[in-house]
Amino acid sequence: MTGQEMAFLALGAIAAAGGVAVVTARNVVHGALFLVAVLAAIGALFLLLGAEFVGWVQILIYVGAIVVLLLFGLMLTKAPLGRGALDNQQRGIAAIVATGTFAMLTWLVWHAFGDERITFVRAVRTADIGNALFTSYVLPFEAVSVLLLAALVGAILLAKKD
Amino acid sequence: MSLAWVLTLGALLFSLGIYGVLARRNAVLVLMGIELMLNAVNVNLIAFDAWIRQGNATGQIFALFIITVAAAEVGVGLAIVLLVFRRRETINVDEVNLLKW
Amino acid sequence: MDAIGWIILVAKVLIVFAFLMVAVIVTVWAERRTVAFMQQRIGPNRVGPFGILQTLADGLKLFFKEDVVPAGVDRAVYLAAPLVAVIPAFMSFAIVPWGNTFRIGRRVVEMQLADLNVGILFFLAMGSLMVYGVVLAGWSSGSTYPLFGAVRSSAQMISYEIAMGLSVVAVVLAAGTLSTRGIVDAQAGTWFGFVPHWFAISQLPAFVVFLLAGIAESNRPPFDLPEAETELVAGYHLEYSGVRFMMFFLAEYLHVITTSAIATTLFLGGWRGPIPPFARPVWPPLWFLAKVVVLVFVFVWARATLPRVRYDRLMAFGWKVLIPASLVWVMATATLVALGPVVSRATLVAGTGLAAGALALWWLARVTLARRAGIRAARPGEEVARGGR
Repeated sequence: MTGQEMAFLALGAIAAAGGVAVVTARNVVHGALFLVAVLAAIGALFLLLGAEFVGWVQILIYVGAIVVLLLFGLMLTKAPLGRGALDNQQRGIAAIVATGTFAMLTWLVWHAFGDERITFVRAVRTADIGNALFTSYVLPFEAVSVLLLAALVGAILLAKKD
Repeated sequence: MSLAWVLTLGALLFSLGIYGVLARRNAVLVLMGIELMLNAVNVNLIAFDAWIRQGNATGQIFALFIITVAAAEVGVGLAIVLLVFRRRETINVDEVNLLKW
Repeated sequence: MDAIGWIILVAKVLIVFAFLMVAVIVTVWAERRTVAFMQQRIGPNRVGPFGILQTLADGLKLFFKEDVVPAGVDRAVYLAAPLVAVIPAFMSFAIVPWGNTFRIGRRVVEMQLADLNVGILFFLAMGSLMVYGVVLAGWSSGSTYPLFGAVRSSAQMISYEIAMGLSVVAVVLAAGTLSTRGIVDAQAGTWFGFVPHWFAISQLPAFVVFLLAGIAESNRPPFDLPEAETELVAGYHLEYSGVRFMMFFLAEYLHVITTSAIATTLFLGGWRGPIPPFARPVWPPLWFLAKVVVLVFVFVWARATLPRVRYDRLMAFGWKVLIPASLVWVMATATLVALGPVVSRATLVAGTGLAAGALALWWLARVTLARRAGIRAARPGEEVARGGR
């Protein structure tokens, strides 16, 4: 087992355990903190897979902005604690659906890519990402920017006191 | 490193996200479930990018797009949640059922 | 990396850690003395020469105080929050180059902990983690005023982070690299033989925005709303005492020093300066230190002179002035960079002109906002006066 594989297993274990904790936490803020652990582990995983830029963007946007926004929402809406207050009655069905999805996806993945290996991981230069973003993918980039603008306007419109 | 390991992690996070979305009542926790699912997709994209390893890093660029979309989604989602809370004093999604018949 | 490489790395980590700790101690003392001087007081002058050991004495006192954990707190989060505040403050210094390279035998040693390809992104990421210490402390205290501090802080940090990120984007565009060492290298050379190529000159609007956002991000006066004494008692660290309170204190001053160091790197040419020929490896850290000291003084100066901003004014200033101004500036910089190969001399002229223009716009917006707020504030007073008659 190489060092990269061991690092992946450690990060994967953190992400998996954190993910379970996010969806079962009885305290909403603790749930958000577990989400931070998951996102940070995934960010480290990106660094491990040679995606340096995306890894730090993940930390910056997800951990630094999105979860802080979620915490902001939690603090403003004073959510009650406890399982009954946070979960609905479909927990059994939800568990069945989730397990089914996981089993199906895992079977599919191992069936299709069971013996493929990520051999040599070289970090992608940030300049290459920038070049590709503004040449080959400039149209999706523009679409995303319009989406962001729409979201900005929508959020302001929704949150405004009339 | 085997590609399927990383993809399995992605599948696990996606299923956990599905569970979170289906089983939670609190709207912010539902949003967290959606974040988990989006991240699972990102894991897959980066893994395939590292596996194919072509010149223009397509997987990483789409991961960036997904992060952007997630940010927009949380912004609008939280605005809706705060608005619902202001009107109804609750953010439990099964009590907000005016649009259901 | 071989054994000697590891030894050098550990030595560098220890040097940075020791520097930061000593710098915090000296900064706290220097701030108290400077503010006292500006207010025509004397300030701490009993412990050691000029009172320089006062901070050490205070630190020892806090260290031996009882660490009170009030009833009704969320224990795990409450205990972890001070650490969460301190660690990113330390880590963001890792990417700051504080000197050039020098040689020990055949080995070239960089005076920097880690030269990441995306160094500036790392700094922004660490800065965005800083908010967790405040938010978690405020929430876990389970008490009203700390919670207000936490809510204020999360909104303030997210807002000013955008302005700070945009000002950094302008610098990155001008320098053409995300690595801090590369940004320092891009500022080598002079105009007319004596004006250094600092981004503080050619990127003046970005520099102003960065400093303002930096003051807001480190919760320093006049933007210290999360801990405003007159409104929130002590804000997010109200319930903390002893060594855990000291950690929040430490994190705040570390943040001041780190922000100054990054601002030095981005805008003031980092360790560059006119180097005298003797003792070459010694001069760059001294230049760096001198610039950092000047910026830390600006932080102290702002605290001593400016009254605290009202919260809605703070948000209005961030969203309606800083962010639009820095967006316009990013557009201008991008245009100039795109035209760069075509017009090199004209770029400079246009750049300075645009800088002046942007500053004028900013000033105009500020004056207009202030006047409008003044009118709004005056109106109820008039009605009262009329009613009285």
